[in-house]
Amino acid sequence: MMNSTSTQFVPSRRMGIYEPIHQMSMWGDFKGNNCLDASTPMILEVDPKLDNQSEDTSHGTVGHSNKYDQEASKPPDKVLRRLAQNREAARKSRLRKKAYVQQLESSKLRLIQLEQELGRARQQGMYTGSALDASPLSYAGSMNPGIATFELEYGHWVEEQDRQLADLRNALQSTETGDVELRIFVDGGLRHYCDLFKMKATAAKTDVFYLMSGMWKTSGERFFFWIGGFRPSELLKVLLPHLEPLTEQQRLDLGNLAQSCQQAEDALSQGMDRLHQILGAAIAKQLGEGNYLPQVGAAIEKLDDLARFVGQADHLRQETLQQISRILTTRQAARGLLALGEYFQRLRALSSLWSSRPRESS
Amino acid sequence: MEKIGKVASENGVVIFSKSTCCLCYAVQILFRDLGVQAVVHEIDHDPDGKEIEKALTRLGCNGPVPAVYIGGKLMGSTNEVMSLHLSGSLLQLIRPYQHNLSSHD
Repeated sequence: MMNSTSTQFVPSRRMGIYEPIHQMSMWGDFKGNNCLDASTPMILEVDPKLDNQSEDTSHGTVGHSNKYDQEASKPPDKVLRRLAQNREAARKSRLRKKAYVQQLESSKLRLIQLEQELGRARQQGMYTGSALDASPLSYAGSMNPGIATFELEYGHWVEEQDRQLADLRNALQSTETGDVELRIFVDGGLRHYCDLFKMKATAAKTDVFYLMSGMWKTSGERFFFWIGGFRPSELLKVLLPHLEPLTEQQRLDLGNLAQSCQQAEDALSQGMDRLHQILGAAIAKQLGEGNYLPQVGAAIEKLDDLARFVGQADHLRQETLQQISRILTTRQAARGLLALGEYFQRLRALSSLWSSRPRESS
Repeated sequence: MEKIGKVASENGVVIFSKSTCCLCYAVQILFRDLGVQAVVHEIDHDPDGKEIEKALTRLGCNGPVPAVYIGGKLMGSTNEVMSLHLSGSLLQLIRPYQHNLSSHD
């Protein structure tokens, strides 16, 4: 083919100049069959060399010899243009490949998360009614890698929580465990709750509605939900009977804590009601005109406020836990943490126990 | 900024707020339930609002509203107020400014 006498440019297959165009169609629709085949690197190798030499042409000379022979018969601007086009095609191909790989990686993350969920669900005997409901999770997961990450980390958090509780239970039941060891358990337990609040703060930045809806929790837990998590005042009511015997001072302090916690909760609840109204009114403005972007845009600005509320509620939870631990002795605090942990475990199991209860035949 | 100091020192409990901020509203409710008539200074209705906002941010208030002053001293934002209340310290601080102790229902 190199011996053609025509002055038309003939594609030189040895130089692989037209390879990029073949590759383009493969990247273009992500069919994936040959996208990662070995010929791809050739584009990258050939490219820099193309810059430094002129074309091997078809001018009738012995073109089959060394492809780096300099031949001056091609109009230089045509050559330059084609070189530029090839560079451009190769660049686009690289960009497409990068996008494809990124898509693969987020799919992989999603797959890991689903496998985790499945494993946990099988372990706990849940089949539906929990986070495995296809629609909410898969929607959130595929749309938002930040949320997928959060769900993954939350799964780990629950497993770690269960481990810590089992260890704490053993420690409390053993007569040999001293206060020093229990203190380590208490501090570790409190820190673990703090870790969860930090994870939630990060997730709130990507999707605050997800946090507010409690979609990462079981439906039973969601029944008791308050601004993104458990009610701090509920905490004290649950724990109090399990902390006896208490001194008079402790009883007084815990009573005051319960009251201030309730007041803080009420204030935040009323603030949330107001936010509801303002958000609803912003979205409802000027209906009927077909265009919704300005109104929804204004509503989106208010979502910062919503994220602040979730953060504030978590802060209240954290402070309540800290205060309780300050009022109690180490051993009381350890017993309290165990009781609290088991309370949440029961809540987590609530919805699956309900769905798997024996039904009476009618 | 002198305006902040002036408003804060002339009144017992001052909440620097914005009319659209619901967290500010929550803090107002808390003080109301504790029997305190707090002065609410809405900086979005103040011509010097931007200045005040910058000054509050420099003073360390993330938000920057709500910013709560008691007896002329900056207490902080919502986090600080909540922590003070749970620890029992807030009640002591507002005692001179409590009018009627409303019983919460």
